[in-house]
Amino acid sequence: MNLVTVSGPPSSGKTAVILKTIESYQKQEISVGVIKFDCLYTDDDIVYEKAGIKVRKGLSGGLCPDHYFVSNIEEAFAWGQKENFDVLISESAGLCNRCSPYIKDIKAICVIDNLSGINTPRKIGPMLKSADIVVITKGDIVSQAEREVFASRVSMVNPKAIVMHVNGLTGQGSFELGTLLYDKKLDTDNLKGKELRFSMPSALCSYCLGEKRIGADYQMGNVRKINLEK
Amino acid sequence: MSATVIGNKSIKELLDKYTFAQSFLEQNNLVIDGKEHLTMKEYLASFTVEEAEDMALDPHTILMGFEEYIQQMLSFLGEDKSDVESLTINAGKDKTGKQESFGSFTIKTGEIIAIVGPTGSGKSRLLGDIEWVAQRDTPTSREILINGEKPDFKWRFSTSDKLVAQLSQNMNFVMDLTVAEFLDLHAESRMVENKKDIIEKIITCANDLAGEKFERELPITSLSGGQSRALMISDTAILSKSPIILIDEIENAGIDRKKALSFLLSQDKIVLMATHDPMLALLGDKRIVIKNGGIHKIIETTKEERSMLKEIEAVDQKVQNLRASLRQGEILKPESFN
Repeated sequence: MNLVTVSGPPSSGKTAVILKTIESYQKQEISVGVIKFDCLYTDDDIVYEKAGIKVRKGLSGGLCPDHYFVSNIEEAFAWGQKENFDVLISESAGLCNRCSPYIKDIKAICVIDNLSGINTPRKIGPMLKSADIVVITKGDIVSQAEREVFASRVSMVNPKAIVMHVNGLTGQGSFELGTLLYDKKLDTDNLKGKELRFSMPSALCSYCLGEKRIGADYQMGNVRKINLEK
Repeated sequence: MSATVIGNKSIKELLDKYTFAQSFLEQNNLVIDGKEHLTMKEYLASFTVEEAEDMALDPHTILMGFEEYIQQMLSFLGEDKSDVESLTINAGKDKTGKQESFGSFTIKTGEIIAIVGPTGSGKSRLLGDIEWVAQRDTPTSREILINGEKPDFKWRFSTSDKLVAQLSQNMNFVMDLTVAEFLDLHAESRMVENKKDIIEKIITCANDLAGEKFERELPITSLSGGQSRALMISDTAILSKSPIILIDEIENAGIDRKKALSFLLSQDKIVLMATHDPMLALLGDKRIVIKNGGIHKIIETTKEERSMLKEIEAVDQKVQNLRASLRQGEILKPESFN
């Protein structure tokens, strides 16, 4: 089975892009499943089901969503194998713009939209910088010039990536994206021992453990102070 | 030049040799101040483990990316204006699997081709095939040739060199910049040399197309629909390298559409225009009729249609005049329509 990890800021159009891409697979009889990771709430699983796509969701709740992803992707992978998928797509929102759920040797897609502002590419960390393919959405509502500037900024922080425009509404570009996702030769048997492309931020402080009070007295563990001096 | 070679060069050397390297460092949030004498490798090694982790910085990836970026920019700068002279579409099949009947269809630069057909009939797919330079590997099994030959696959993946630029009715400017700042930013990303002249030219042309003139210091988001369209067309024609321009309806307001089209053609572009406006459609040399996801037929604009064009233009002109009168605060009378 192929595993493909799709990530990107909230509301950038990940689900729409994945749906359109899977649509292009249905004629080719490639079976696809989706595992959707989110934090507090998602009804995207219903959207996938409506489209006839097998889906499971995981909500991280009080845990860091990306940590939750890594701790569960192996099980999700096993589910996909049991279902006999050709491709399992994992979808997760990059919530602090730093992390990425990308795994070495597993195809990594970042979805980001034209409306997010031209400085966004430099604000996003490994989620954008270490992706193999960057999909830019919402190109139908901004000018050609803005599309060009945005794409060139993306390319500057991740020159190695293939940058593509996909329209989540009409599906323009999704067939093309689909041809880049599935590759029988990239089939993987299991994820055990595989590594993340980038470490997750280290954090273990009293707030991680449920502390709610403000004040230095209550802060323990990995705490760092802001520098307000000019 | 390999990543190792770049790593061993001093930052000053790199910046002197490749002026564009500056923006790479900037976009990757690498502050150089006072460290120009270090080699790239030394510079990247100067971060502590904690600092690197805080910046989510991986020196190896940065070096590899830097190398790739320099290669891409060099090849981008080395290319002359696009050398696309013609686009050929070889027939495939429609949604039902029926063979398209047109055989082969070639469009040359300077030609306008209208695309007609109901929403959802397959216009997006046709455009998709062109952008992806389809090689019988898309759902329509069409084949696209450039200059009569199998195309270079760079058209599929290059960020700076796209085959098709798009202008559509729904497009808006979203950046918080003035007209001049905006064009400056676009010109910079296109690496043009005589930035100032080009920006002037774009503004002049846009004002020539727009019904109402605008100032260079105006925020782009406050331009009227017509002014925005005029600026988009002028900017795309002059700054965008894409040899093919797809126009998805231009509303008949605040912009001289006929002039806009002839302006695009004067820049050696191939213009594809999705429209059901008779005036625009008849301006085209031919029109592609899309049905059931396929090209149903290709119609050459007839002499009779051409002769109707004059009348249609006259009607269009009358409506334009009424519009202008309204804008001036005048009262419309039946005579104003004659």
